[in-house]
Formats: sequence, structure tokens, C-alpha cells
Amino acid sequence: MSSWKYEEDGCTVVETCAWSPPGDHPVGCGLKLYVKNGELVKAIGNPEHPITNGRLCPRCLALREYIYHPQRVIYPMKRAPEDRGKDAWTRISWAEAYDLIEENVARIKKEYGAEAIFSVIGTGRDMWHTVPFITFGALGSPNFTYIHSGWSCYGPRCAISAYTLGAGYPEVDYAAMFQDKRYDHPDYKLTEVLVVWGKEPLKSNADGLFGHAFVDMMKRGTKIISVDPRLTYWGKNAEYWLQLRPGTDAALALAMLNVIVNEDLYDHEFCENWVFGWDELKERVQEYPPEKVAEITWVPKEQIIGAARLYANANPGSISWGLATDQKCNGVQFAHALLALMCCCGNIDVPGGIIVGAPSFAAPMWWGWDSLSPEMQAKRLGSDSGMGGDRYPAVTTAISTAQPDMPLDAMETGYPYPLKMSWIMSSNPIACPTAAPQRWDKAFKKLDFNVVCDLFMTPSAASFGDLFLPVSTFAEKDGIVNTHYGSLSMFTGAINKAIQVGECKADDEILLELGKRLNPSAFPWETMDEFLTWELDQYIPGMSIEELRDKKWAVPEWNYLKYRNGLQNFDGQDGFVTASRKIELMEPLFAEWGDDPLPYYEEPPYSPVNTPNLMKEYPFVLTTGARSWVFFHSEQRHVDTLREIHPDPITEIHPETAQTLGIKNGDWIWVENQFGKAKQRAKLFSGIDRRVIHSEHAWWYPERPAVDGEFGPEDVFLSNINNLVPHKLIGKLGFGSPYKAMICKVYKAED
Amino acid sequence: MSKKGLLIDYKYCTGCHSCEVACKNHLDLPVGKWGIKLIEVGPFIIEQGTPDKFEWIYLPVPTELCDMCVDEVEKGYKPMCAHHCLGDCIDYGTVEELAKLMESRPGKQTLYMPID
Repeated sequence: MSSWKYEEDGCTVVETCAWSPPGDHPVGCGLKLYVKNGELVKAIGNPEHPITNGRLCPRCLALREYIYHPQRVIYPMKRAPEDRGKDAWTRISWAEAYDLIEENVARIKKEYGAEAIFSVIGTGRDMWHTVPFITFGALGSPNFTYIHSGWSCYGPRCAISAYTLGAGYPEVDYAAMFQDKRYDHPDYKLTEVLVVWGKEPLKSNADGLFGHAFVDMMKRGTKIISVDPRLTYWGKNAEYWLQLRPGTDAALALAMLNVIVNEDLYDHEFCENWVFGWDELKERVQEYPPEKVAEITWVPKEQIIGAARLYANANPGSISWGLATDQKCNGVQFAHALLALMCCCGNIDVPGGIIVGAPSFAAPMWWGWDSLSPEMQAKRLGSDSGMGGDRYPAVTTAISTAQPDMPLDAMETGYPYPLKMSWIMSSNPIACPTAAPQRWDKAFKKLDFNVVCDLFMTPSAASFGDLFLPVSTFAEKDGIVNTHYGSLSMFTGAINKAIQVGECKADDEILLELGKRLNPSAFPWETMDEFLTWELDQYIPGMSIEELRDKKWAVPEWNYLKYRNGLQNFDGQDGFVTASRKIELMEPLFAEWGDDPLPYYEEPPYSPVNTPNLMKEYPFVLTTGARSWVFFHSEQRHVDTLREIHPDPITEIHPETAQTLGIKNGDWIWVENQFGKAKQRAKLFSGIDRRVIHSEHAWWYPERPAVDGEFGPEDVFLSNINNLVPHKLIGKLGFGSPYKAMICKVYKAED
Repeated sequence: MSKKGLLIDYKYCTGCHSCEVACKNHLDLPVGKWGIKLIEVGPFIIEQGTPDKFEWIYLPVPTELCDMCVDEVEKGYKPMCAHHCLGDCIDYGTVEELAKLMESRPGKQTLYMPID
């Protein structure tokens, strides 16, 4: 028995920090898992946890139901390619599964080259080192992919963080690193004004930010500015709720900068000493006066000015940027403008402001990359070498993936080379991330061999999987959880194995076992603990996994104002990791890559301004993908306790708009545009603009019976809102697709 | 012995449903039954302006099935709804203590005492 494993109530209690599966971001919420006769009988929050204090969301509270669900797949299974789409799976052993992989990998490498194999990762999950490492280190391919069109989740923000800030993920300082006193620690200062922009942290806990920390801060006096087309808890409780037209965020941010510059509200010392391109930016923002931007964004001029003043005068102010930043073609430029807002008032890396990660060469998404030959590296889809088809250097320089839209092009056309095998781990491509999902489904069906590692028979696995590898939940494995995937570690927790279910294996067990088979030299670790100690060393040098388990959690060394103390750069000198050693609000790399070096606003491709004729047929602006309390993207639709809370795919419509369309609350409706349609249930909601429709993403129906003997994904396209989003409608740099800014019409459907 | 109650500071209820699921775990309740259930009021406009000012309330309502988690409380825990509440807006204690706490804070609170 130990600090984290002991007897209580006739059970063995295992304390752990959660990550995934089930899907979640790396908050590392504290849990106590009660185990009796090898079975999890109870899971409650751990009140000792310094950040979550025992609190848990419904997804973790339904953990037992998820783990022991009758539909969970707990043994490896194979299916003949001719039976794709049918319930014709055969249980096999892990040894046979690995043999099948080894045979197919060897054959495909020989016939087509390793680049014909690509992997697919999903969001959030505990494997931003696992999937790249399997791809590069074990499969020997450079094509690690995340097939969300335009890398529209974190891609644009990541590009801005990498190229213009040269530091890990910027995040609101919610005192996570002061574990004992938190907000009362003498080195901390409470955020005075917090801008929550295009983000719903309460539901998403995005990238490891514990969203309800913002409620904790609000109770202590933090004031809120909410920027969101929909009313949320933040808008309801905000000093300013800026209800903008979806997709116009860059214009709004530039107008707020215009106010801050012209009213001289910026931090002169910071902007003169630590910003590159400040004079050019000052000139650029003159193109965005509040009057003009009010017309673009639908946000009244007085509110733009008022919110800009409130934020600029705060000491400190902070900004939390969300997923909506990325889901537009103009995402990189918007993220750039937002970074300018973050830094121009002197809020970067100060207590209660916007903190940034220290530099790190060993970002987990690059693990295994060096095991590839330079020739193989050059073949990555989107590589600047030109050997991977069209060049997208802005994507492939900062991020280890291929450009996300290119695998579909390669599968459909064979250019720049054909793809033959996929390795899908923590993704349900046709239900969730892909634009034009039916095209992806057809393309996957053309491949020779598809491996799916998951917990349930997802529509994607059912449609085109040939081999299914069953994966453990976080309660069934050992691991490490790090906020922001290690790029800004404010908390590091131990994930501790409490139970075993069937023959499920943790993703990292699959990584090590397969790695040793396919390429032993890249996987020198004998045991999981050896690997985890090596992993932990990247975050907290010198600490072993056993030590972390005993402590339960730890905080990597923390320092504010790193850029002034020689801690923000590899060479120990002051400044940031950029060519100018400053934050580059004018980015020369963007000019080199064919875009504007300064932030600018661009209309969404389909919008009232850009396509007024199309608006006659599709009169509404469509935004999509608001989060649910009980689902992580396409997961958990089969968990009855959670589904009871959120039974149907919801489309929100303003009551007056609904009335003109003859739609009542709860009616089934079609949301449709020139690219496709989706059937969802209408919810009349006065917290949305009369001209805007919002629809949920990632819906499918695991409860629907098999049709005509086909155990397949028929219904996965019925309510899939990404039917309305076209393939590869992306920004110049290869980032950003308009998932949150399309157009549509809405009409009543048959029930 | 003083009566025990739950004080709900519902301006900080974000509507997260954790109380519902935590309670269902504790009482082992199936679909369709709740020991505590969220209700939603609004959103509706209470003051026109730019933007409009809204009322929008989430409030957890304990039902007759609520047993105040007697066995968990004996072990030193709070009732499971209060323990897991993400907005940390549910307090447990004697009705006298809670009434004092209620008076000491800004409004939008409600004090619940379960059925005997």
C-alpha cells in the first residue's frame, strides 16, 4: 500500500489523475477509484487535488457505465476487406493482430514505400506523443495526420505561438502552479479583466485549462468580457458581451487594437522593447476604425470601444482564446491580431496575465521523427521539399503532421503518391473531424488495410476497419498527464492503473510492443515504467515515475517574465525564440510564405458580404460545434445516463426566426446548403442573433439497429453538420476552414 | 440534532449536470429518475439594450429521493452533489449555519431542507 493505493471500505482505492480515454483534455482531474474483486465499483473526485478539489464533470462521473458498457470492444478483432461495413468481425489474439500489421506494413513498404502509410489522430486524447511516435518510429512513415480540414483546431493558434511568439501555448494565469495557496499565493495577482474569446472552457476544459477555474476567479472579483455569437454563462455574467457575426473575429480584434492605439492605452515600454513591427501594426489598425468594424461584425461601436478600454485599463488583463479562433480561413490572421491584443497592454507572462511556456525542442509530436531518413522526411504531404505534393511550409515547419486536407487528395487522385494503409488511433473521422465526410469514407474504403484503435465500434471502424485494437481507459493504465501537452506545464499528474478490462491495452503499450517488433532500435525501453520515466524527464528533469506516483502530482519549475530573465530562450539571453528575439506582430516568415506579414481581416468565403446572391437561397450564417456537457466530440452517445441529459443533435434558432419559418421548439429540421444537409432538432434560443443558426457536430446514433445486415454507418451522415462544409476551403498558409462560418437554410423535416 | 440542509448559490450554477450524475451514482438511479435535477429558466430578455440584458438561471432541485448522502457524510465527505459541483455552488451544513452563510453573501441563493 502507498500514498496513492490503499484499502478503504473493503475496497482498494487507487488515486489517479484523469486524462483519457474517455476523451478529455489534459486537466488531470483528481479521482479516487474504488476497486473490489478487480472491478471498478465507484469513482469519485479527489478533494485533495489542488486544481479540481474533488469536482468532476458528468463524463468522469459516468466512468463505470462507460468502462463496462456492453457495446465496448475488449478483444482484438479482424474482418476481411470484402466484409467492410458488415458485422463480420472475428476475435483474434494480440499476437495475430501484430502479425497482420507486420505483414501489411512490410508488403506496402516494399510495393509503394512507407509514405503510403498514414496515421490519423484525434483531438485532446492522451497520445500526442503516441501516434506520431508510432507513425515515425514504428511504421517508418512521415505521414502523421490530423484530418480536420485546415488544422482547424489549434493549428492557427499553434502557428502564431510558434512563429511570432516563439513560446509554448499562451494561457490565462489561474494560479495552477501554486498548489497550496492558489489564488492567495503572494506571487499571484488576480486577473482583473478576463476576455473569453470564442471559447467555452466550462464544457471543453480546452488543452488542460480547468474551465471552472474562471468561475473561481469570477467569485473573487474578475470581470468578464465575452466574445461569442451565442449567449453563454460568460455572456450572461459579462461586463461586455460582444455578440459578433461568426467569422468576423479578426476585424473585431483589429478594431479593439485601433482603440487601444489611438487612445494611447498601450504599454509603451513593452511595445517599444519587446515587439517587432509595432509601428507597422499601428498603421495597419488604422484600417479598422470601430465605426467600420461595427458594420462588419454587427457589434455596436460603443461596445467595441468600451470593451477595448476596459481590457486595456485592467491590471492585469488576460485573454483566453478558443477553438473558434481556428475554425475560419482567416484564423491565422485572427490569432495574430489576438496575440497583439494580448501583448500590447503588457500582460504577457505577468502574474494573473497571459503566461507562456518555456522553450522546448522535445515537443512530443516530434518524437521518433529523427528515426526517419531525410529522404523519407521530405516526402511528408505538404512538406516544403516539394516531394510531398503542394507545399504548405507554414503547417509543416511548426507542426509534425502533414497538411490535413492532403491525405484525401492523395487517396482520391494518387497525387503526389497513392496511400494504401491507415492507422487510426483516437479518431472517428467520418463522424467528427472531416469536412465533406462522405468523400473521406469512400476514400478510406479504397485503401488496402485500415487499423482502428478504439474502445467502441465507431461508425468509422464499422465502415472501413480491417483490424480493431481495443484500447484501455485511463483507469486501466499507467501514464502521465501534463497541461497543454507539455508546451505549458502548470501541472503534471500520475495516471495510475486500477483495473484491467478484457484484453484492452493502453495506447502506449501498443506503441512499445509494436515499436519493438517493427523498429526495435527506436524503442529501447524494457518496461512501461522505464518509458514513463523517460517521458517524465522531458517535463520534470530527474524525477522518476515512481516518485511522481508517490507525490501524486507535481509542478514543473515555474517563473514569470521569463523573457526578461534569460529563461525564454535556449541561449540563456533575454528575449523570445524568434529571429528578432521579440514578439513578431509583423511576421517576415508569413511574407516569405506568400501571405501578409501583418494581421488583416478577410470575409468568410460564404457570407452576406461575399456571396449576397447565394444568401437569397441560404439566408442564414451557420456556425457549428458548440460543446456539450456530456459528450467529448463523437463519444459517449451510447452512455444512457449522459444521453438522457443530451438526447438529440440540437440546432439553435432565434424564436422570431423560427416563427417566420413555422418551426417550433423540438421540431426535427433540415439544415442545408449547397454542399449538403443535416437533420437535427430545433431548439428556440433567444441568445443567438436572428440571422445566425448554430448546429451541433459529431452526432451519430449507436442505438439504431443494423439495416439490411449492414453493421454500418448509415446514420453517421444523417445529422453530420460537416456535410455542409466543403473539402479544403482553407487559408493561404494551409490553416483554417470555415466550420464556424458557413451559410445555410433551415426547414421543417418529417419526424 | 439540528436539521441539515443544502444551500445553493445559483448565480454560480453553470448548468453542468454533475450533481445529477453524482447523485444517480450514489442512489443507483436509472434513466428517468433523479435525486437532484437541474431546471433551466430562460434565457429571456429583461432589459433591452446593446446588447440585451438576459435572465438565465440554472437551479438544481433536490427530489424526495435525496437522502443527503448520509453514509458519505459519516465518512467525512460532503453530499455527492456538493462534492462534485463544478461551480462549487452547493454548501452542506445545519440549516442555522447555512442561513447565516446565506445572509453574509449577495443574493440569488436558495436553502433546501429535505423531507424528514
